[in-house]
Amino acid sequence: MTARFKVGACIRVRRDITSGHRRTPGYIQGKTGTIAAIWGTFPNPESRAYGGDGLPEQVLYLVSFNQNHVWEQYKAPLKDKLFIDIFEHWLKPA
Amino acid sequence: MHNHDHDADAHSLIAEDPELSFYAKRAAAIEALLIEKGMVTADNIRRRIEIMDSRTPAVGAQVVAKAWVDPDFRTRLLANAKAAVAELDIEVESPNLVAVENTVGIHNVIVCTLCSCYPTVLLGASPGWYKSLEYRARVVVDARGVLREFGLELDEEVQVRVYDSTAEMRYIVIPQRPDGTEHMSEEELAALITRDSMIGVARARTPAGEMES
Repeated sequence: MTARFKVGACIRVRRDITSGHRRTPGYIQGKTGTIAAIWGTFPNPESRAYGGDGLPEQVLYLVSFNQNHVWEQYKAPLKDKLFIDIFEHWLKPA
Repeated sequence: MHNHDHDADAHSLIAEDPELSFYAKRAAAIEALLIEKGMVTADNIRRRIEIMDSRTPAVGAQVVAKAWVDPDFRTRLLANAKAAVAELDIEVESPNLVAVENTVGIHNVIVCTLCSCYPTVLLGASPGWYKSLEYRARVVVDARGVLREFGLELDEEVQVRVYDSTAEMRYIVIPQRPDGTEHMSEEELAALITRDSMIGVARARTPAGEMES
């Protein structure tokens, strides 16, 4: 499976995936970030949590976010970052 | 032995123990079923616990000390931590391992906001506070404030990077090598590298820092 996004690409995290066992924290849903690394493909844990086979495997990315974008009230220096691993099905182009 | 006839003794023992939580009972039931179905043996489970308990932050300290003294190893560790630690006969099973390096301008700290993912292969069992709701909820929102409560004040010029390990990767922080340690051996350096410095809530100890708590 080839990665849909390249390192450096701007993405937005989806927030239209319904509740259940989800690996993308609520606080980051809807936010925009940048692909920092591509870790490869892994079985989808959100399928395996319900007895599924985890297939198709999903590309896992390391995504960076600006803290002052994630948290409107963030007061610390603007350059502070948050990095999170996010599976591809959670991402769309920003 | 577990069987589907009512084993009054075994069940009443569980029911009568006020210390056993719902989850402990459930784990015991699952364990009994797995053994009964021949998927694992009691010795397999005992051995896994023994391996888990044998892991301590000394393993991580050994890795970091080598990265401090061996620039080529440091490069390999940052590029592919799983492969690099394998050189030291440290086997990383799934999930994978990523090393992030503190520098003059960057300070990294790790958390798992969804549960309590932790680089146990290098650091052993995680401390209670790492699993606490308070640490997990607050460090992503106000890392500088949380680090200050740990006694670590960072300059405004330093970029703070919080790593929220939500999936297959486990992160470990390579703390900065303290000044005045140029003469020290790898073993001596390893003694300066604490668990908390590899989580990112503290700096490595300094040679003169013996009085620090």
